[in-house]
Amino acid sequence: MNIDLQAREIEPLRHTYAHVARYVGDDKPASRYQEAIFGAQPSANFHYRPTWDPTHEIFDASRSKVVLADWYALKDPRQFYYASWSMARARQQDAVESNFQFVESRGMVDKIPDALRHKAVQVLMPLRHAAWGANMNNASICAYGYGTAFTAPAMFHAMDNLGVAQYLTRLGLALDDPAVLDEGKAAWLNDAHWQQLRHCVEDTLVVKDPFELFVAQNLALDGLLYPLVYGSFVDDHVALQGGTAVAMLTAFMPEWHDESARWVDAVVKTAAAESEANRLQISAWVQAWTERAQAALAPVARLALGDAGGDALDEAAARLAERCRKAGVRG
Amino acid sequence: MSNVFIAFQHNEESRPVVDAIVADNPAAVVVRSPGLVKIDAPNRLQIRRATIEEQTGRPYDLQQLHVNLVTLSGHIDEDEDQLTLSWKH
Repeated sequence: MNIDLQAREIEPLRHTYAHVARYVGDDKPASRYQEAIFGAQPSANFHYRPTWDPTHEIFDASRSKVVLADWYALKDPRQFYYASWSMARARQQDAVESNFQFVESRGMVDKIPDALRHKAVQVLMPLRHAAWGANMNNASICAYGYGTAFTAPAMFHAMDNLGVAQYLTRLGLALDDPAVLDEGKAAWLNDAHWQQLRHCVEDTLVVKDPFELFVAQNLALDGLLYPLVYGSFVDDHVALQGGTAVAMLTAFMPEWHDESARWVDAVVKTAAAESEANRLQISAWVQAWTERAQAALAPVARLALGDAGGDALDEAAARLAERCRKAGVRG
Repeated sequence: MSNVFIAFQHNEESRPVVDAIVADNPAAVVVRSPGLVKIDAPNRLQIRRATIEEQTGRPYDLQQLHVNLVTLSGHIDEDEDQLTLSWKH
């Protein structure tokens, strides 16, 4: 008896879920990102308004002054959904882990001049608290924002910020005694260099408009802080004076900032392009918060880089202004 | 004129590569069979790293595509930025 095996193609009746097909069409299979994002925002059949905010629905686009016909337009160019995000971060975690092993196995910390090591600890330890503020703010964007395309990556961003704070903690423990963590907190609370930044971070914690908070935290504050601290200070200053170990142990931060800046810019660009009113509103936020963040970071820049701090901060501001210009808002 | 082709396993990793090929090669024809995506193109087919990175918004190493590569035909010209199939020597 012969058995004839044949491959037979069965054309699926539908290529994706109906709620996804409404956005991307049903003519070809939707990507995992599209299936994770489109149509996932709860939008109907809420029985009661929340007791803590009776003027809004639980999920309510009107919490922001930015008006979009379709909040799913704020797509993430990185196309992160949980699996792709966590796999990308796992790879980066492996890289940082091997950097820590490299630095520890070769005693590279002992080769850093003491004054430089103290300076690095002095500048980087209080930033754990700034990263925690960024974590809180992005969690708030996720909670009060609208549209899964906008809120889901905000939650990833919140966890990334927690990761940054944890890397800073490990850096502190690698460079010095555990007491430096307490000293960093004391400096964050009391040292005059940090008070303006703390004031700025604490003011962002109570911003109600999720899109304003997004602009303040992710575009203005982080857009200045990361190039200043991890670019000008760690890579251009500390690393060149014998502190390569510090640059290796903070390698995640500038890499992550460059990657996530693409998402931040894309969100701002899409929202600003939707209407003139959006563009003016976002521009006003960008200007106000950039000014605020720049003033708050000036003492930190001086603490980190001395007289060169002002120039480094101006350079970071110029780069941020260029990002804003490309995104179509006035910086 | 004869075709070159390349086929990938049909999964999330190869999706941006296929999208990039379609964007860069207007003459390419995508055939989706179960578990497999085959792309035919007359004479020449180019895969560019920059286009894949535009699709994903993340850095991409062209060597990654070999993980999902099933088969291809054509002479290969490959470097860090592109992989080109053609019948030219």
